Amino acid sequence: MTLIREADLGTPAIKSSVLLTVEVDGKTVMVPEGTSVMRAAALTGVTVPKLCASDNLEPFGSCRLCLVEIEGRRGTPASCTTPVEEGMRVTTQTPDLASLRRGVMELYISDHPLDCLTCPANGDCELQDMAGAVGLREVRYGYDGANHLDAPVDDSNPYFDFDPSKCIVCSRCVRACDEVQGTFALNIMGRGFDSTVSAGGTAFVDSECVSCGACVQACPTSTLIEKSVVEQGQPEHSVVTTCAYCGVGCAFKAEMRGNEVIRMMPFKDGKANHGHSCVKGRFAWGYATHSERILSPMIRERITDPWREVSWEEAIGYAASEFKRLQAQYGRDAVGGITSSRCTNEETFLVQKLVRAGFGNNNVDTCARVCHSPTGYGLSATLGTSAGTQDFDSVEQADVVMVIGANPTDAHPVFASQLKRRLRGGARLIVIDPRRIDLVKMPHVQADYHLPLLPGTNVAVINALAHVVVTEGLVDEPYVAERCEPEAFERWRAFIAEERNSPEAVEGATGVPAADLRAAARLYATGGNAAIYYGLGVTEHSQGSTMVMGMANLAMATGNLGRPGVGVNPLRGQNNVQGSCDMGSFPHEFSGYRHVSNDGVRTMFEEAWDVGLETEPGLRIPNMFDAALDGTFKGMYIQGEDLVQSDPNTKHVTAALAAMECVVVHDLFLNETATYAHVFLPGSSFLEKDGTFTNAERRISRVRKAIPPKAGLADWEATMALSNALGYPMTYEHPSEIMDEIARLTPTFAGVSYEKLDRLGSIQWPCNDAAPEGTPVMHEHGFVRGQGLFMVTEYVPTDERTNDRFPLLLTTGRILTQYNVGAQTRRTPNVVWHGEDLLEIHPWDAENRGINDGDLVVVNSRTGETALRAKVSERMQPGVVYTTFHHPDTSANVVTTEFADWATDCPEYKVTAVQVSRTRQRSAWQTEYAATREATTRIAVPAETQP
Amino acid sequence: MVHKANQIALFFASFPREEAIERVADHLRRFWEPRMRRQIIGHVAQGGAGLHELALEAVRRLDAPAPAEQGSGR
Ligand code: SF4
Ligand code: SF4
Ligand code: SF4
Ligand code: FES
Repeated sequence: MTLIREADLGTPAIKSSVLLTVEVDGKTVMVPEGTSVMRAAALTGVTVPKLCASDNLEPFGSCRLCLVEIEGRRGTPASCTTPVEEGMRVTTQTPDLASLRRGVMELYISDHPLDCLTCPANGDCELQDMAGAVGLREVRYGYDGANHLDAPVDDSNPYFDFDPSKCIVCSRCVRACDEVQGTFALNIMGRGFDSTVSAGGTAFVDSECVSCGACVQACPTSTLIEKSVVEQGQPEHSVVTTCAYCGVGCAFKAEMRGNEVIRMMPFKDGKANHGHSCVKGRFAWGYATHSERILSPMIRERITDPWREVSWEEAIGYAASEFKRLQAQYGRDAVGGITSSRCTNEETFLVQKLVRAGFGNNNVDTCARVCHSPTGYGLSATLGTSAGTQDFDSVEQADVVMVIGANPTDAHPVFASQLKRRLRGGARLIVIDPRRIDLVKMPHVQADYHLPLLPGTNVAVINALAHVVVTEGLVDEPYVAERCEPEAFERWRAFIAEERNSPEAVEGATGVPAADLRAAARLYATGGNAAIYYGLGVTEHSQGSTMVMGMANLAMATGNLGRPGVGVNPLRGQNNVQGSCDMGSFPHEFSGYRHVSNDGVRTMFEEAWDVGLETEPGLRIPNMFDAALDGTFKGMYIQGEDLVQSDPNTKHVTAALAAMECVVVHDLFLNETATYAHVFLPGSSFLEKDGTFTNAERRISRVRKAIPPKAGLADWEATMALSNALGYPMTYEHPSEIMDEIARLTPTFAGVSYEKLDRLGSIQWPCNDAAPEGTPVMHEHGFVRGQGLFMVTEYVPTDERTNDRFPLLLTTGRILTQYNVGAQTRRTPNVVWHGEDLLEIHPWDAENRGINDGDLVVVNSRTGETALRAKVSERMQPGVVYTTFHHPDTSANVVTTEFADWATDCPEYKVTAVQVSRTRQRSAWQTEYAATREATTRIAVPAETQP
Repeated sequence: MVHKANQIALFFASFPREEAIERVADHLRRFWEPRMRRQIIGHVAQGGAGLHELALEAVRRLDAPAPAEQGSGR
């Protein structure tokens, strides 16, 4: 294994159909018109010395190291800023050029500390490399002139240092922040010799910087450098893998020294991220080695007992005997399992197989239940597949982007960077969100329309948009006639044209000015390629599935499906939401979304698995809780999921768990659910196992083992052991064999194998004989279900209403530096930016209640109450408050209700009627919960080590 | 449970009556676990208080799933 260093061709690739022929040092190459001389040279294998250029940044031409000679031209132009011309003949090395370059290097080095041997970038420094490349042997100016050698280091950022004494002012960091990340946090202050890089005049940690790491990666010296490299030294090998945080699914190189991760570097060949990253994937991986990780299996009879550390055999044996006992006593259906969107496809597939084949029932569900289940239902009903329609790169061809109920700059940052780049390039933007999210107005990005709807009125808004399209003659009639079911379309057209769906008629309910809504609809329908991107603000509602269908209707009616630049695209929350759904985690369907009552499909699985399978759908997560309280559901195996913190109405969840006799939690940490567990199986982090994740673009990417599992078994091995102990044999030697089985049993995965993934890097399903290398854009030649199906989407207001007692609407979400229940990110220095959950409230609502910024406030709903600090913010609209759910001691879900999507039971997290008032103390529930938690997470000290 | 069934009925209410009933029934068959279907069938047998008219009709069309077997664990 070696350290992977991707080639840097100096300037970005240019797309052009016109090819020009040039000759560099006697070698001929054909390149697209607009390509730089530097890139053309690199393509012939000639590396021109450079410092300020990099192929992910626009050429800048400041360092003057890349000079070349061009036949017939005077002087020595910079090759990075000179475009090639037909027939050009370039020479990159002559004695004159060499001497010029040495001169440039001399100037740089005369103001640079000569401490290469002790510099953390030693071995990974382009300045050092260039000194070598140009043959620098002396510095005639001496080192005594004015210099910056004493400039102080800014170490305020928890993950990287800024040492200005090493800076050569090449501006790569500034340009990376602008062009790659789109945050515009850095600038060059001063002029000439005095110029320095500055984070807007403050320390990095206090600046606009979002710690994406792009500048650190771009810096050719050790000026901007990861603290981990400063502390541990340079890595010596890399393992290419996939980020385990969000649904963007960025590819990373885990750069290692032995079994220690030195840093995570975004991988340039990653097709989801193209070498970019966000703070979570790039820096917040320290949880994997956090001291609170549990590395030994543990059991206890009652949840009030202290945990007892035992061997894997004993823990697995105990769990299996309990499950068998429960099934014998209460029936085959009394147990079930939960798969996790944080685990790999292979692990998820095994858990559902264990439930269906080992338990003999279909009581398996996944945490996607609580986030994107309506996406599956809605898109499958209208278009025929339970997945987003595009690849991320499609956005580069979008002319109009409509973002609905999503906050990509926080939740999907790397996609947001790509989106912002397209918006800076001229695409128009419509934002539909109760909050004024950052995208509405940020440096160099401004939404054309922000429709600030009231939470819970999505369907009314999407219907009104469609109403404008239908009644103003903006339907793409030929497209609809060719691709959609005519009868359903006519029914829908008649419904949507009714006056009650007009923008004016719904304005009262939605709070969206009718004129803005009409203008937005016209822009979407007539602005060229229009693409919808949406998030949990769409799905986590009682009409989540209806809204997904409403978006599909709108896209079909305007012909915005089936080619690059358009589509309906869910931004998936967790890394493997798509994958866990694909793998048959839902109680009613096998992998590939095929219903368990389908005899042909079930027979195929029965034959492959050599066991009879249940024909009836099993219990969904909320049904499991209800059944537990009814006394008919007694045991569950929960892999990688924290039900207590993430599911709605925490008190109901904890009561249900407490009513069960065997709860097996398989996780990295003693999470909140483990409070109610009888068996704890230590999980493995994404660094410790092989497998695959599937991101929001249906892209299957490899997760590769960088270090051995810290607790001895990878998650798939533990599941296998449990199945074997239950009496259903599983004998995989490697996760690739699990993928082979998935491919054999799932038509959309038929062509997937580890060998192909290694070869292609990643694959977007469907991948089969018809599309052997995968499918970037769906529905290109007609819809997967045959004809597109318009569904009538009546707006039904949620039953969760405000009244005098609960006059405000609470909506929940997440922020950039934290991730979901926070189990990982809370255990990293990311807490610098988000140490607690805050309640955002509009100044007007705050003033009415005598609340000041930073006050402790209590939030009451019909289900419960919790106390947290207030943040007075203009981003909110009056009447709406907002919080995150990253911290268990706040536990926003104590107040959320059990109202849920009608079709899929996805909870209505986004709408809870609440009251907010000042308080002096934490809520009774918080105090009680803290006590329970303390009492139920004790670990017994083994006898022999007791004093 | 009644609330849930009514939500489903409301979504399909815009279809012609016969089709709507069939779609509600189909939804219950495809997504509701047998013990939930048994419960709602039991509720309808007792008059079906609070149920939307379409949901009521749809539940009447469901076959009662076989009763849960006891102690058949392996
Ligand atoms: S880390 Fe990212 S956001 Fe921060 S200054 Fe660097 S490029 Fe900009
Ligand atoms: S900090 Fe690094 S990238 Fe930025 S100007 Fe200085 S040397 Fe160049
Ligand atoms: S954008 Fe998502 S996948 Fe990419 S690094 Fe950040 S958290 Fe990881
Ligand atoms: S690399 Fe061309 S001027 Fe710096």
